[in-house]
Amino acid sequence: MKPTTTSAGPLTFTARHAIGNAVRGTALVARDGFSARYDLDRLAGTFSRPAHKLAGQSYVGRVLVLDTAKGGVASAWMLREMASRGVVPLAIVFNTVNPILAQGAAFGEVTMLAGFDVDITACIPHLATVEIDPATRSLRVIDLPVDVSDCSKGDARGSAT
Amino acid sequence: MRAGGMGRVRQLAIEHQIKVGDFFGADDFVPVTQAHIMADTESLGESGVAWLEALADSGEGARGRVCIPTITDPRGTDFAKALVLKQQRWMVSLEQRAIDALVRLGVSMTDTCINYQTIQAPTRGEHLAFGDTGVVIYSNAVCGARSNFEGGPSALSAGLTGRTPRYGYHLDVQRRATLRIQVDSTPSTLNDWGALGGVIGRLAGNYWSVPVVEGLEGAPGSDALKHFGAAMASFGSTALFHLVGITPEAQRLQDVGGEQLPVAHRVGREDIAALQRAYAVTDEVDVVVFSAPQLSLYELRAIADLCDGRRFIKPMLAVTSPQVKPDADRFGITARIEAAGGQVLSGMCFYQSYAREMAEANGWKRLATNSAKLVNILGGYGYVPMLASMERCIDAASTGRLA
Repeated sequence: MKPTTTSAGPLTFTARHAIGNAVRGTALVARDGFSARYDLDRLAGTFSRPAHKLAGQSYVGRVLVLDTAKGGVASAWMLREMASRGVVPLAIVFNTVNPILAQGAAFGEVTMLAGFDVDITACIPHLATVEIDPATRSLRVIDLPVDVSDCSKGDARGSAT
Repeated sequence: MRAGGMGRVRQLAIEHQIKVGDFFGADDFVPVTQAHIMADTESLGESGVAWLEALADSGEGARGRVCIPTITDPRGTDFAKALVLKQQRWMVSLEQRAIDALVRLGVSMTDTCINYQTIQAPTRGEHLAFGDTGVVIYSNAVCGARSNFEGGPSALSAGLTGRTPRYGYHLDVQRRATLRIQVDSTPSTLNDWGALGGVIGRLAGNYWSVPVVEGLEGAPGSDALKHFGAAMASFGSTALFHLVGITPEAQRLQDVGGEQLPVAHRVGREDIAALQRAYAVTDEVDVVVFSAPQLSLYELRAIADLCDGRRFIKPMLAVTSPQVKPDADRFGITARIEAAGGQVLSGMCFYQSYAREMAEANGWKRLATNSAKLVNILGGYGYVPMLASMERCIDAASTGRLA
């Protein structure tokens, strides 16, 4: 793991929208969309749509860092149903969210952040350990598995705190 | 209401709505005239049904029931055909429990995703709390009504409170075009309309993007725009589009601010074909499905015309609403489809009906359909979906091959 600071301080990102409880966990990161109906095998707890960039990976207990909410309205029910069986992401982080995923997060009590001044999927390394605090609408990188490279500089100029 | 003076059920509903409204920065609520709830049990699961039952059993009388017309999206089964589909007893039982609970909450079980064709078409400026992305995009774009995507819990909450948080497509500013697209080829078939919607949905990319489309010729019918919008919403999470000179808010490009946007994309015949080619991975077919959205009477009639004189060697399912099915029966359409070996299913939608379990029970994997929305969804359920015209799909049911 590499240090998680930039010249501007700890690698922290601030979202415009937030809901849920503070959590800490490992991030699965992809510039791809998310729909519980379209993308998941909710029994196995894995991404099942073959074309999805996280296909085959388990989402259970992970912080999903993805580009945008996709697909139909079913996710509003499904997040709670997945939570009831313990087969649910720890949190979901989007560049852009749609009402369904926000409603699903509210109903299923899943932590969610959305809306950043940077492309959050380019800023959080895959498998980094992150901490999310909806009260401050912040996502903080705790441990980095790989070099953050350019985005950390972009973040330092933008919304790093 | 928030303090509980109007009962615990409405208190729970308004608390949920406040959470969502706060998330999106809504200033207040807007009264809505109708709500439409997506609540199939594959989505709800046991926990969701139990939650509905607890709500329905509040013992609060009328205060614990919906206060505006509130209807439902398709169920997870056609009870008359569950055995044919090899759905399991527990699925049917769970569906019945959900229905019983929704009825106790005062919900009307219309079980349709084409309520704008069959129940009551929304009007321009009407504020709604509609679920099903296809219903929302059609209501917003074609009818000029105003709704966000309302998932089941939120749509039910709106039915109980008679209002919804005022954000997104309830606001004038959100309805302005953000993406200008020039189309060089007007589709003629429903699968092409769906594919065009899919292409534009992918370009739009997220819920907050509003495409304005120029270049379409003629006046597309309701079924064409149904497939176009449903696919756009499916591929792009898009909730509103404008067609210049066609949809009510964009009689002129400048009506939605389109003249201030550069043409970002040109979409032609090849783009429509390319989307469909991407799904053409085999010519073997296990099952043919017409669904998503449910079929109109005219679509069913067109299928029946193609069925005459045929004998299918592969299962062919045509899915419609409980409002259309009796007319299809009355007009002999159902009998003509069934004479060829097809099935006309009512009140469900294929992908909302335990599609993964149906695939395993029936040995279905390679699926042909004319619905772009359906092919976009079913990959995640383990299918190999293929998009083709209604005619080619019917041929495939007859020969087992998608020629």
